[in-house]
Formats: sequence, structure tokens, C-alpha cells
Amino acid sequence: MIKTSKKTPKNIILSLENVSISYGTFEAVRNVFCNFKKGNITSLIGPSGCGKSTVLRSLNRMNDLIPNCSLKGTVLFDGTNIYDKRVDPVEVRRRIGMVFQQPNPFPKSIYENIAFGARINGFMGDMDELVESSLRKAALWDECKEKLNDSGYSLSGGQQQRLCIARTIAIEPEIILMDEPCSALDPISTLKIEETMHELKKNYTIIIVTHNMQQALRVSDMTAFFNAVEYEEGDGGKVGYLAEFNSTNKIFNSPKEKTTQEYISGKFG
Amino acid sequence: MNSLYYQKRLSRNIGDKFFTSISVICALIAILPLIFLVTYILYKGGSQITPELFTLEPNPPGDDLDAGGINPALIGTLIITTIASIIAIPVGVGGGIYLAEYSKGGAFSRFIRFGVNVLAGVPSIIAGVFIYALIVSTKILFGSMYSGLAGGMALSILMLPTVIKTTDEGLKLVPNELRYASLGVGASMYTTILKVTLPSAFRSIATGVVLGIARAAGETAPLIFTALFSYYYITGFGDLFYEMGSLAVLIYNFALEPYDAQNKLAWAASFILVLSILSVNIFSRILAAFTEKTKRV
Amino acid sequence: MEEKLTLFKNRKRFGIEKNIDIIFKNTALVLSSFVAIILLGIILVVFFQSFESFSRYGLKFLVTSEWNPVKDEYGAFTAIYGTLVTSFLSLLITIPLGVGTAIFITEDFVPKVVREIIGSFVELLAAIPSVVLGLWAIFVMEPFLRAFFVFLHNFFGWIPLFSTEPTGRNSLLAIFILVVMLLPIVTSIARDSLNQVPKKLRNAAYGIGASRWKTIFSVILPAALSGIMAGVLLALGRAMGETMAVTMIIGNSNAFSWSLLSPGYTISSMLANQFGEADGSQVSSLFYAAFVLMILSLVVNIFAQWLVKKFSLKY
Repeated sequence: MIKTSKKTPKNIILSLENVSISYGTFEAVRNVFCNFKKGNITSLIGPSGCGKSTVLRSLNRMNDLIPNCSLKGTVLFDGTNIYDKRVDPVEVRRRIGMVFQQPNPFPKSIYENIAFGARINGFMGDMDELVESSLRKAALWDECKEKLNDSGYSLSGGQQQRLCIARTIAIEPEIILMDEPCSALDPISTLKIEETMHELKKNYTIIIVTHNMQQALRVSDMTAFFNAVEYEEGDGGKVGYLAEFNSTNKIFNSPKEKTTQEYISGKFG
Repeated sequence: MNSLYYQKRLSRNIGDKFFTSISVICALIAILPLIFLVTYILYKGGSQITPELFTLEPNPPGDDLDAGGINPALIGTLIITTIASIIAIPVGVGGGIYLAEYSKGGAFSRFIRFGVNVLAGVPSIIAGVFIYALIVSTKILFGSMYSGLAGGMALSILMLPTVIKTTDEGLKLVPNELRYASLGVGASMYTTILKVTLPSAFRSIATGVVLGIARAAGETAPLIFTALFSYYYITGFGDLFYEMGSLAVLIYNFALEPYDAQNKLAWAASFILVLSILSVNIFSRILAAFTEKTKRV
Repeated sequence: MEEKLTLFKNRKRFGIEKNIDIIFKNTALVLSSFVAIILLGIILVVFFQSFESFSRYGLKFLVTSEWNPVKDEYGAFTAIYGTLVTSFLSLLITIPLGVGTAIFITEDFVPKVVREIIGSFVELLAAIPSVVLGLWAIFVMEPFLRAFFVFLHNFFGWIPLFSTEPTGRNSLLAIFILVVMLLPIVTSIARDSLNQVPKKLRNAAYGIGASRWKTIFSVILPAALSGIMAGVLLALGRAMGETMAVTMIIGNSNAFSWSLLSPGYTISSMLANQFGEADGSQVSSLFYAAFVLMILSLVVNIFAQWLVKKFSLKY
């Protein structure tokens, strides 16, 4: 699988080349090389503090919002390094959407939550239709078609998260980033969101950070295992790195690295 | 042209630039007066400072070219704010203790908290009017009318809400575990409050109270018809029952005089007042920032 | 067992300690009710003192502007108009300035240190006594703005608000000094409300490609609106009650004029000016004016508190 992808780089939608990310003087991740394939779901897993969320946020420049955060290396999207000085981060985020750990609907109606993003992206079509189709894709339509004018906060946590997914779908991004989207949810909501992700796979590339290895196994085609090691300089701090990247099947059944094996089997994390 | 690149002429980018510059301009307009004001007061007032200023009585306007000093006003401000503190601090701290430690969020405490906020919003001149009607015009204080004592009372009304609020909020920040620990070994409620809760909230309460005193020291409106003004040295305890000068009222009176000498005295008094109030403020800010840092570690 | 107990002298609480506990609690209770007593006292005293004037003039007091101690005729319209006009117009200038500044110091346009310095600078402005601002207004601001007022009159004299020849102290100066006083209040409350908007809302907007100001206008400002509104109302209350700086610069004239370039009056400046020397029914009329001022500021204040309670933490 990996070999073919290298031969046909057209399949690669997003690639990290020697990316290191620091917060001030503290280095969070170091020297990451990674290619994300179009139409795949890729999971980023690893123990806490390994920098997987940091990497995810760097993919659509949400890191810009964190003071002192800096990135070295290149993140290629659509043939452009999105960290090029000439690039407009707003434009990047319109094409690479993001769903966050905590459901974060706007304090507006369900309808407005979806229409807002579409409108700022200059949507010219039928808004009602877009709201309906987005909610359908996020598997939320049946539950809320009767109360589109209610506040987004009237929904349950799982429904709110699906509303946030619908909101992201509505702007028709090419990639959807999900930062532990189910960590605040109950098992049933989690399953529903996983079903939603399977549906979305047909049209979108999804990159998801998850703490839940079963989830990675259930939903993703590819899995990237991040780990953290102590600085070689030896001041006790830890830095994250990409330990292994392969098809999910391989990662979980025949990992090459010993640490992957140990993490998968629950020896640390 | 790559569509990901920043495009200057996009309406949203033009809008962003436009509003960003507007907010920069707002911030500039907001801080320029302060810089202008403070430097002017320091320059204009600071150049009038002489040793005699602190020791002499002010001369009545128009008498001669020399305006004299501000000694009575300086001492008067100290006395009046002390009186106000003596009244407001015990009442305010006691009231704050009740709100934070005893009341259980019932109707009474909600009413009092509401009252505190309303009292904080009462115009300061109304406090003066109230004390005028209650104390000055009735001559209830041993037959004296305008007096330093009446002025202190008027100021204490303004200080009271600040003191209650800071006590209430300071005590609420003390973790409940600390109270349980003390009550759990069989300490009485009052021992717990006096020996455990109050000491651990002391610094935040003290900061708030000191800021409240600093604010009161600059208040003028409640004093102009309660303490009035006096040109003469304060010599003894009995002077509490007579008209008493203060820096604030001196500035007001002498700013409106047509004589340059008196105007200069007003600037000098402003210099002293502003310098002391600003240094109290800056000092408490640094102290607060410092405590926050040590807490985090 | 018995032996051990004797080591603790105070194992049983003595009656006196119990009593101290009760006395302590009740003292605190009495002290806290002082607030209510004082508040009620202020309202009652001011009301009863104004009773004579109230029964003589009734509500006519509010709409006539004759204020003549010689003829013993009193009406507070000029002062009420002055109070409302100066406070509302100053607020109109302060709101955009203050909110703009608050946005500047909550967004990351410049490094955090610079923003914090600006923030504390603005707050320090609130600590400067109003009488000092008045002094500054008389000797620095008035001469500085004189040419500007002449310009205003020459070019906009056809507007009633600028229709009189500027001569020294006037209402417009009072408005400007009020802006200087209100700016710190509005800015610091707006900043606090903006900071309280959850970070995840900003993330949500940025995450779907909203630009910075789209996020501010569509998401952050609406979420902070109730807090900002409450701050604005508090500032309005302060503006209506502000005495010293206004008294020193407004010119203190009871002759009614629509123009901001002529000397005016506010209720509080009238009180500051006349209370000391008033006698007879003038005192009662001044109390009546004070009562009007108090009601105005009470209404504004209570409304502000209601707003805070009603809308706080809706998201």
C-alpha cells in the first residue's frame, strides 16, 4: 500500500516534510515525515504528550492561535507549503476544516450554526437544501429536523458534536481534521459518530486524533503512531516523534517497532 | 496564482485591515490622554514642590503673591480618610464575613449583595447631601455643623461597598477544605473565621481595602458641604468638630480662583494626590501579580 | 479513657465560647444589614427633605427651567437636560472607543506584554481623582480645544447643538472630560466580557475559515454583548452622578440653551455649586433635584444588575 502511494504522489493530499513544532523554547514534536492519502481515514495515536494533537492543529494552521507556537519544515497541501509567508491561513482553513475535542456550537440556532460557515464562504445556492444535506450527512437530520430554530445548545453532547461535523461539512472542505471528537461523549454517541465518519469517507479525507485504540482500529485505513522520548540533551523534558506509520491492519497486527507493540498491547499510555 | 495565497484585494482582507487599524486608533486615543495628563501633572505640579509647601498654611486668595502651603489640607485628608476607614472597615469586613461565611445564599444575603451594588452606584454627591441633612443641618454632633467628622462619615458611605465586596469575594476564594479542616477538629465557627479563613484571605482583602482608601482620598463631592474647607492648622483633637480642609477640596477651590498663586497651589496638591494614589495602585498591582506567580509554582 | 480525657482541658465547649460564637454571628449579621439601612436612609432622607418643594411644584419642577432664589421660583429642567445630554453624548463617544480598545487588548495584534501594559494604563486612568481631571480640563483642555470649538461653530452653527458663540467653559468640554472618565470603565468591563467568551467559540469560527473580524463581529461580540451592555449602563450611572470635573468645566449656568457650546448645568454640579449657601425653600428644591438624580442612577444601576443576572453565562 505504501509503495504504491509513493509511486503515485497524486494520491497524496497532504504531506509533512521534516516538520518540527515548538512552543517557545519547548520542542513538542520533532522531524515528522508523513503522507496523508486522499479519501482515507488516518488515525493519529500515541501516549499523551507525544504531540499528536499539535501535529493535527498544525495541518490547518489552528496553531497560529497559540502564542509562541512555531513550525519548522513544510506542510504541503495542493502543491503549496501552507506555512509559506504568502499563504492566507483563513483560506487554508476553508479547505481543511476542523472538528474539536469539545463540541463547540455557536450560541445560535441549529440552522444558523450551519448557515454561518456556508455564508462566510460565499455560498450562493439554496441554504435550506445545504442545511438539510449537511445534517443528513452528519446523521443528525432525523433528530433535529423539527427544531432547526432551537439553539445549538439544546442538543445533547453527541448531537452537538454531530452538529459541529455538519457545520464543517457544509463548507465542503477537502480534508476534515478531528481532534479526539468522541472523548467527551458516551459510547452510543461515539458509535454514531463513527458511522458518520464511514459515510463521510466517500467524499472527504479525514484525519483523526484518538486516544481510543479500538476506535482507530474500527474507523481508519492508516494509522500513525506517535511516541515521546526524553531529550538527547537530557534535561528531563520529552519530545514527540512519529514512531511508525502504516496501514491500520499492519500497525495493529504486525507492528515493526517494539514500542508500537507495547503501546498497542496497553503496556504504557 | 495559487488560491491559497493571501490576496490583498479580497474584501474580507481589506475589511480585516480596516477594522484592525480602527481598533489600534481607539487604543491610542484611550491611552494618549493618560500619558498627556500624568506627565502634565507631574511636570506642572512637581515644579511647585518646595519644603514650605508641606509646613505652611495657605494664604487667603488675593492677599499677596505668595500662596503659602498646603499643610492643613494634607493633614485634613489624612484625618478624614482615617475617620472614613475607622467606620467603613469594621462594618464592611463584618458584613462581608456574614455574606461569605454565614449566609447560605438566601433571600437576605441576595438582598444585601444587591444593596451593596446599588450603594456602589449612588452618586458620591448624594452621600454628601445625605450627611448634610443627617449631621450638618441637624447639628447633632455636639452642636457643630461642618466638620471633619461629618466629612469622614460621608466618605465612609462611599468606601463601604468596596470593603464589603472585597471581603466577600476574598473569603469566597478560600477553599472549603480549609474550613472543614478547622471545623473538623472541633473549632468554633468564630475561631475558624478569625484564625483560619480570614488570615488566608488577608492579602486580597487588604489590597481591595487599600485601593478603596486611595479612591476615597481623592473624592471631593462628598466633602464640599460636609467638611467644607479651612485655611488653618489643625492643632488638636477639638478641630475634628470644625471645618476641615482637604487636598481634594483645596484643588477645587483654588482651581476656580482667578489668582495664579492659588492655581499653582492646586497643581502642587494634585501632584501629591495623584502621585500617592497612583503609587498605591501600582504597588498593589505588582503585589497581586507577584502573589499570583508564587501561587502557581 | 477517663485519664486521657483529662489531658484536654476544653474537651467540652464552655458556655462562654458558645455565646461568643452566637454574638460573633449576630454582630456580622447586624453589620451586613447596615448597607440596607444606609441605602434606605439615603432614599428616605432625601425624599422627606424634598417634600416641601415636591408638594409645591409637583412634576412641573421637572419641565420648567426658572431657578430664581430671589423670586423663590424653582424648576430643574436645565439641570436635568444637562445631566441627560452630557451623559448620553459622552457615552456615545466612549462606547466605540472603549470597545475598540478592549478588542485591541484582547486580540493578539501586539505581544501580550504590550497589551497588558496598555490595559493597566487605562485602568490607572480610573484612579485619577475627578477633581484633578477638572483642574486639567480648566487649564489644559479648554485652551487646547478653543480653536476647535470656534471651527465647530463657524461650520456647523446651523445645527442647534453648535449654535452659540463659544465662550470659555461649556457643556461640550464637560462631555469630553466625561469621556476621559468613562473610557477606563467601559474598556475594562468590555475586556473582561471579551475574555470570558469561551476559547472554543473562537476555535469554531476559525476552524470553518472565518476571518479575524468576521469572528469578532459574528461570534465574539454577540457572546460578550450582555457584559458589555452592563458595563455601559454602569458607566451611564457614573456619568449622571459625576460631579467635580463637570462642575469645574461646564460653566454652571441655569439659562437654558440647546447648544453644547454654551455654559450649562447638571444636577450634580448644581448641588455642588448651591448647596453650601442655599437656605429656605431653595434647600428643599435642591433636595428634590438630588432625589431626581438618585432615582435616575438607581434605575440605571438596577437595570444593569438585572441585565448581568439575566444573561450571564448563557453559553
